[in-house]
Amino acid sequence: MKILVKNAQLVNGTKTDVLIVDEKIAAIEIGTQDSADLILDVNGALLLPGLVDLHTHLREPGREDSETVLSGSRSAVAGGYTALSAMANTTPVADTAGVVEQVFRLGQEAGLCDVFPIGAVTQDLAGLQLAEIGAMAESIAKVRIFSDDGKCVYDPLVMRRALEYVKSFDGIIAQHAQEPRLTESAQMNEGYVSSLLGLTGWPAIAEEAIIARDILLAEHVKSRLHICHLTTAGGVELVRWAKSRGVQVTAEVTPHHLLLTDEAVIGYDPVFKVNPPLRTNDDVMALRAGLADGTIDIVATDHAPHPTEDKESEWQSAAFGMIGLETALSVVVKSMIETGLMSWSDLVDRMSIAPARIAGYADHGQSIAVGNVANLIVVDPDATWRVDRMMTVSKSKNTPFHGMTLPARIRHTIFRGKLVLNDGEVVGESNA
Amino acid sequence: MQSHLLSISDLSKEEAFQILDTAEELRKISDGPMKKLPTLRGRTVVNLFYEDSTRTRISFESAAKRLSADVINFSAKGSSVSKGESLKDTAQTLQAIGADAVIIRHGASGAAQRLADSGWISASVINAGDGTHEHPTQALLDAFTIRSHFPDFAADFTGLRVAIVGDILHSRVARSNVLLLAKMGASVTLVAPPTLVPVGAEKWPVKISYDLDSILPDIDVVMMLRVQQERMTNFFFPSAREYSRAFGLTNSRLALLQPKTIVMHPGPMNRGLEISAESADSTKSVVLEQVANGVLVRMAVLYTLLGGLPLNAGTERKS
Repeated sequence: MKILVKNAQLVNGTKTDVLIVDEKIAAIEIGTQDSADLILDVNGALLLPGLVDLHTHLREPGREDSETVLSGSRSAVAGGYTALSAMANTTPVADTAGVVEQVFRLGQEAGLCDVFPIGAVTQDLAGLQLAEIGAMAESIAKVRIFSDDGKCVYDPLVMRRALEYVKSFDGIIAQHAQEPRLTESAQMNEGYVSSLLGLTGWPAIAEEAIIARDILLAEHVKSRLHICHLTTAGGVELVRWAKSRGVQVTAEVTPHHLLLTDEAVIGYDPVFKVNPPLRTNDDVMALRAGLADGTIDIVATDHAPHPTEDKESEWQSAAFGMIGLETALSVVVKSMIETGLMSWSDLVDRMSIAPARIAGYADHGQSIAVGNVANLIVVDPDATWRVDRMMTVSKSKNTPFHGMTLPARIRHTIFRGKLVLNDGEVVGESNA
Repeated sequence: MQSHLLSISDLSKEEAFQILDTAEELRKISDGPMKKLPTLRGRTVVNLFYEDSTRTRISFESAAKRLSADVINFSAKGSSVSKGESLKDTAQTLQAIGADAVIIRHGASGAAQRLADSGWISASVINAGDGTHEHPTQALLDAFTIRSHFPDFAADFTGLRVAIVGDILHSRVARSNVLLLAKMGASVTLVAPPTLVPVGAEKWPVKISYDLDSILPDIDVVMMLRVQQERMTNFFFPSAREYSRAFGLTNSRLALLQPKTIVMHPGPMNRGLEISAESADSTKSVVLEQVANGVLVRMAVLYTLLGGLPLNAGTERKS
């Protein structure tokens, strides 16, 4: 299979044609070839490495009504992702080699992008006993990231042991930082808006207290710590301080925390209910600054699909979470590039290069160079589009951006040399 | 005014006073020979109560019946709601039976707004208390009661000093009263242990004090809030006795009040905890007036939202 991408613009401004032969980039020059099985004339659109998500909830096994590995893969390629990291909080929990291998295999069968399972830190996410981390690391899924996401690894001794244990294979613990006692029944950010709405507060310090503790633990045992979905100005300060001390800590921010604030909760529409919660404008500004200066390493979606009935209720009984794969790039463009805080080159770093490096996804986040695996996307940076929850590729519709007009559109996604998104349409499913 | 009453923030100052004026008219009519008005004849009002609250329910029921509306009481206990029926399905059922107004009491903050905004139902929605958010008709009846005792402030509460004492954090009554009293011009002081003042209240249009004794001599209205028993298990205060000593309206504190000061409580009272029996039963206490005024104010709200016939329609026909 030969694909010729004509009239593409690279992130450094170079205009060129790119020839892809089988899995790999074969040539990069204008007029490199006239014959190919498929010619995509992209008219000056951006050609970027495929995006890499380190935080995706695919819901399979267990909640296939909200998402499956296949439907999540479709959603991913529609959003320009060529690699996903499937969170462990499925039913059953991905706390054994059997479950992570199942998810890995389902990803390969779908064949649209790489699906790398994340393993649970503790059995059944209960925080009491370590899961069989070694077995998951040695499985065909070769798990390197472990997380109890959705729940905090709260017991400091369990967290210490987990951090130490994964060192033998250069693993990483991704922490959902949430002090459980300070967040009992918590519904939204604790502050002025929660005081008016009468919703139980989720204070910023409940996140920051765990981040601070885990930074100190990671420093003490010299292990790799990753902070999931950082949301507070104080958390950004802590990570900045840790990095200045040489602690091996990395951090992610979600697109929704870069754009939305707790004022979205006024009106009580549960589509804005998410954990950790939407914070204040000051927090949003600090997160943007932290992402721009590299304190926050990456953007991760925390794509969290839920069926309609789980969001169509009064606020306090609704599920936490929002989908994000299909809107992530556009939201980052709106909050970071249109504001002048980052360049497209920075965006490629935060959404592709850095996440692939953190997770060790060798075929992803590579520069566009001859010989590299062709995980590529074509983005029209000047297009705008209106988000419509009825038009999601994901099985679920719980997008908080419904009705918003966002910049930049994904035109094509090429996964390992195969066209999987063609002009916005998902194509080439292995078992379709 | 819109067709719902979900929060005091839905009302302008003028609309709030208009409701109180309407309640005043209704009081005059009620004192006459014709207690029941034909205003809402043929209209259906549903009391949708997900929480037990006999007082609020009978107050609304009485208000609707005195306006000749048909009243349906839908209690969550023993109904399909307790079998897991969603708010949406309940709402659509009420829509199908032709409800003109739904009065909802719910344990979840925002439930009334959810019902009004969802598109599930076209009826007017009246919030009769949602979680720890708001209880707007309680604030209106409190303002009505205050006004009847301070005629100098009949058109504007500027200069009127009100203290709200107790569990502000969990109180929907406090939230609605703060918004309404501030809107009407009163100066409001919240008095509570710091554990029971919400984070964020420093931006509310109020003063905050932790010292009840210093506040009581200089106020016109003291509004005591109910303290829920379950607050004692979550470290909000060490013991009921300590709370009562510091924040209860005890007999000795009753003596600190000026002659004109009135004592209010939304009920039901914990006698001996937030209010002593002598305070509750003193001549300063207007607790039973609040109950009576509740019916008038809820009549005024129903009348305003459902846009019934002119108030004097029934009396005219009689004369």
